[in-house]
Amino acid sequence: MLLRDIAHSRAGDKGDISNISVIAYDQTDFARLEQYLTPERVKAHFAGIVHGEVVRYALPHLGALNFVMQRALGGGVTRSLALDAHGKCLSGAMLAIEVPDAA
Amino acid sequence: MIKTIRIGAGAGYSGDRIEPAVELAEHGDLDYLIFECLAERTIAIGQQARRADPQKGYDPLLAERMLAVLKPCAAKGIKIITNMGAANPLAGAAKIKEIAQSLGLSGLKIAAITGDDVLNIVQRDDYRIEDNGQPVRSLGEQLISANAYLGAQPIVAALQAGADIVITGRIADPALVLGPLIHAFDWQADDWQRLGQGTLVGHLLECAGQITGGYFADPGVKDVPALARLGFPLAEVAADGSAIITKVAGSGGQVTTATCKEQLLYEIHDPQAYYTPDVIADFSQVQIKQIGPDRVAISGGNGRPRPATLKTTLGYLDSYIGEGQISYAGPGAQARGQLALDIVKERLTIMGIVASELRYDLIGVNAIHGPQLAANAAEPDEVRARVSGRTATMREAVRIGNEVETLYTCGPAGGGGATKTAREVVAVLSTLVPRELIHPAIHFEES
Repeated sequence: MLLRDIAHSRAGDKGDISNISVIAYDQTDFARLEQYLTPERVKAHFAGIVHGEVVRYALPHLGALNFVMQRALGGGVTRSLALDAHGKCLSGAMLAIEVPDAA
Repeated sequence: MIKTIRIGAGAGYSGDRIEPAVELAEHGDLDYLIFECLAERTIAIGQQARRADPQKGYDPLLAERMLAVLKPCAAKGIKIITNMGAANPLAGAAKIKEIAQSLGLSGLKIAAITGDDVLNIVQRDDYRIEDNGQPVRSLGEQLISANAYLGAQPIVAALQAGADIVITGRIADPALVLGPLIHAFDWQADDWQRLGQGTLVGHLLECAGQITGGYFADPGVKDVPALARLGFPLAEVAADGSAIITKVAGSGGQVTTATCKEQLLYEIHDPQAYYTPDVIADFSQVQIKQIGPDRVAISGGNGRPRPATLKTTLGYLDSYIGEGQISYAGPGAQARGQLALDIVKERLTIMGIVASELRYDLIGVNAIHGPQLAANAAEPDEVRARVSGRTATMREAVRIGNEVETLYTCGPAGGGGATKTAREVVAVLSTLVPRELIHPAIHFEES
């Protein structure tokens, strides 16, 4: 299934850093999100877009993960050549990740 | 002792809708109405406007917003706090006074806060650019502006002096909310737990409609009612800083735990360490609970002692960007769009255009998520070829758009709707300035 089926997401920008939240609709899905959505897997998904380190923060009681991605925004909104200079549409890219069905 | 304070957010960015603030002022039973309108590079652009005309440099929509809300706010005693002063809070305050008088409102006390402009300080000493480690001096004549993020204290001082309206330049966004809370509840400057919780409330409110269902809808998965009449948020804040996020009854949108969680993490890195001038806030133990329709209780924000330095945004002239776009549709659209990009690439070489960075996109195919994520997508019926490049001169930037436009007569079949732009780029970097060097000041006007 797609991550979009079990979680929602919002992207924010600060300089050349994008942060993308992933929030489980149902708290019972959080454990497998936490297990599957490793920073390495997310970095691989964003290959070609994110050129720096990806760090993950967890807020288990809210069912939420926060991915902080360095060198992700073409130098930042004020000088990027990209159509979506803020990288706001990156939340949609996150939700396109294929997640294994629950066991 | 006051039980709760009601604070509404009337704008989440400079160009935001006008009438949700009027709805809040008329029906929100508010004590305070805030407007967060200052993006990172706005001050640098405002500084350029101010150099051209000393009466300019404040937010371009200041007059329109004040014309809309001053009367209902004055009638109900709602105090207004905003960073719409941008590069010129004094001229902004004078404009508000003029509008108040034109509306027949007398006796309104308007406070302008200055002191965020630290251009002289960063030019004088040996400051380092946080982003790249270079000295600030290396920006030379390209440096336009340097503005430190002030904290809540000057807002508190202005309110204590009886201000009805407070207008600032660069100030930490959550301080627009933290200021009135410190004033109303007399929180101490080292009460890190309450300052952290108040910062949390400010962070949740500062983007206005982004917590009431704006920027949230995804049809079939996350449906939101009546976005064309989106209600902006208000917080009912108790003396301990705990708050209920809600909106005016009958307005569009929704306030749910999901909308609040998305906004909690918006533009946050480490949830345990959100740096502001007033406190290093800790959002990691925040509790979010639905307690009624469109009513969500927020608690558990915490904090640690404030940082010794203040983040300072440097606005500078970076480069020029030239861009052109043209559309192709029908069978073979994607191949014709790709051919268009290949032609422009070769043309820019033939013409000797020097660009330090160039980007070739097919909008509808790979412009947003890049070629890898788009690899397996079906071919669309229409695409838009887009070329964007960074140059050292305006002349070369203009020629990038021209090379796209000439595809009309010299490029693939059926190209249409060409557009071109060229602009000077004001970009931002940041540095850190010791807080003891920064001296906010308050100036009063009365209508």
